[in-house]
Amino acid sequence: MTHSTVQPTPASATPVGGHLLELRDLHVEFRTNEGVARVINGVSYHLDAGETLAVLGESGSGKSVTAQAIMGILDTPPAVIRSGQILYQGQDLLTRSEEQRRQVRGKEIAMIFQDALSALNPVFPVGWQIGETLRQRAGMSRGDARRRAIELMDLVKIPGAAKRIGDYPHQFSGGMRQRIGIAMALALDPKVLIADEPTTALDVTVQAQIMDLLADLRRDLNMAMILITHDLGVVAGVADRIAVMYAGRIVEHADVRSLYKAPAHPYTKGLLESIPRMDVRGQELSTIKGLPPNLMRIPSGCPFHPRCPYVQQVCVDVVPHDLVLGDGRTSECHFAQEVRDDSAR
Amino acid sequence: MTAPASATKVRGETILSVDNLVKHFPISQGVLFQRQIGAVKAVDGVSFELRRGETLGVVGESGCGKSTLARLLMRLETPTSGRATLEGKDLFKASGAELRRLRRNMQMVMQDPYTSLNPRMTVGDIIGEPFEIHRDAAPKGSRARRVQELLDVVGLNPEHINRYPHQFSGGQRQRIGIARALALRPEVIVCDEPVSALDVSIQAQVINLLEQLQDEFGLSYIFIAHDLSVVRHIADRVAVMYLGRIVEIGTEDEIYERATHPYTQALLSAVPVPDPEAREQRNMIRLVGDVPSPADPPSGCHFRTRCWKAQDICAIEDPQTVPRAADPHPSACHFAELRPAAPTL
Repeated sequence: MTHSTVQPTPASATPVGGHLLELRDLHVEFRTNEGVARVINGVSYHLDAGETLAVLGESGSGKSVTAQAIMGILDTPPAVIRSGQILYQGQDLLTRSEEQRRQVRGKEIAMIFQDALSALNPVFPVGWQIGETLRQRAGMSRGDARRRAIELMDLVKIPGAAKRIGDYPHQFSGGMRQRIGIAMALALDPKVLIADEPTTALDVTVQAQIMDLLADLRRDLNMAMILITHDLGVVAGVADRIAVMYAGRIVEHADVRSLYKAPAHPYTKGLLESIPRMDVRGQELSTIKGLPPNLMRIPSGCPFHPRCPYVQQVCVDVVPHDLVLGDGRTSECHFAQEVRDDSAR
Repeated sequence: MTAPASATKVRGETILSVDNLVKHFPISQGVLFQRQIGAVKAVDGVSFELRRGETLGVVGESGCGKSTLARLLMRLETPTSGRATLEGKDLFKASGAELRRLRRNMQMVMQDPYTSLNPRMTVGDIIGEPFEIHRDAAPKGSRARRVQELLDVVGLNPEHINRYPHQFSGGQRQRIGIARALALRPEVIVCDEPVSALDVSIQAQVINLLEQLQDEFGLSYIFIAHDLSVVRHIADRVAVMYLGRIVEIGTEDEIYERATHPYTQALLSAVPVPDPEAREQRNMIRLVGDVPSPADPPSGCHFRTRCWKAQDICAIEDPQTVPRAADPHPSACHFAELRPAAPTL
């Protein structure tokens, strides 16, 4: 990508002292034997204390890679952060040493993963794993760490925490394992919690329990949260704002309500229309034609243009920049206003 | 809509009938002298009928036995007891040539399009493999042409016959799996979570394809899924499973608008709804706890441990899946009743 402009993201104005977390024009690529995959192509967003941002996208959109870049857990190689800034409390994390980043990881910004079973070590009891962070990072004694681990398990509402602290991951159900993952992430009182598809592997009834828990914790602990998901239905009740990603770019950024009511990017519009709805049935589902782009050969101009019903010559030639709409929402589409007017109808 | 494959076959007559099907997996202990100490009651007395040209949706959470049911019907597992007849012929007693004939009439689409296709075989070989077993289905000389026809039917380029599975995306691979299931012109297709592994926009394409194929070839589907919105979209009738049993079965309208079983009501109310306004209006039932282990299900009604209506009788007497006073479709609850103020979904 040749262009690099930083556009203001919508909603809140910059607070005094800057945002809690801010990404500026992040570019990440994966250099492999087959070629260079441009996975993140200029992502900017910000997060303030107590706020929840949902990052919505399909496989390969770059939503998880962005989170891994913030955490500093990208596999390098093949990943290379080409340019951009990740500002945490005004400091660029990308210029820090590994040791300094380690101090941020877990203590300031923590993460929970999609697959709780593989995120836990099968050969150690869960209490020991939660306590490990406390012993290593907070310098607690074994007894203190154990007591704190029980408190954390209580906090995430695991019944009979004191009795279950010696149990192994396989002795817990999927929902309980995810709660343990959350307890581990909360061990050092982080200010930002990144949840990467936290409920994707769970059944619907359990999914609702975990989302409730995350919403409660965020409120009680006044954390900021980034929720990464492919399912708008899961985050709609919890998120303040939504950033929609496609081909490594944020194509639309808005508050949940107006995004759902009138999407202003053809991709978001197509995505919302292709979700089967419980109250409408019998008719053919509308689809987005074609396939997501190969990240080694991203289409020219707007990366969505080969699949877009609104495509014009300008879309093939010119990369669209964030178009700020009336209410402060942004959309990376040359015809954003038109798309929004169409969707609002 | 084109006419069904055979004009003599009446749409709506029963094609597959399942009666009290049971599958218990033994749990054994001991190294030298193995003895059975219990059983996982994966499928515990399931009965239903599938009519020609219809789609029966089977929904339930993980561990409810829906996939075991599919495997039993495909004779990939031997049932502990029970009967199933396909066009009047006993599925589990058939052997030799008769079994081969039955199998030809019932095919399966698997959940994971990444592991259900052999990576070392070309797409042509994968789709043509059924013809190796059922040699009379397509004469040797015409096989390649038939495979190309099938590729065309499922919306893939017939020229890609010599490509390998890794050269296709997830949605395209699922189309290959569907082409393979169609190869022998079956009348019944068992779809085990066919779209769960796909992104939303791709999922809609595959659902549309399945519906279009049903119209074209007069297929009957058993459509297993955990996503209730998808099932509502595609199914004519729906069976809800919990711990190896069907707790409620009825037309799509009866289940989604007039459910009388508390579990179905809870499941429906937990479906993630992307519309923020509809979310606020609805009245969500929060189930507590997890699904009990199928190795040790609760006495009486299996759902009573999570049910807010449970009384003493629920622990003693097993409710039958029979029509209830509240609504004439079968429901396995002593206290079956319609939800007061049905939630707007």
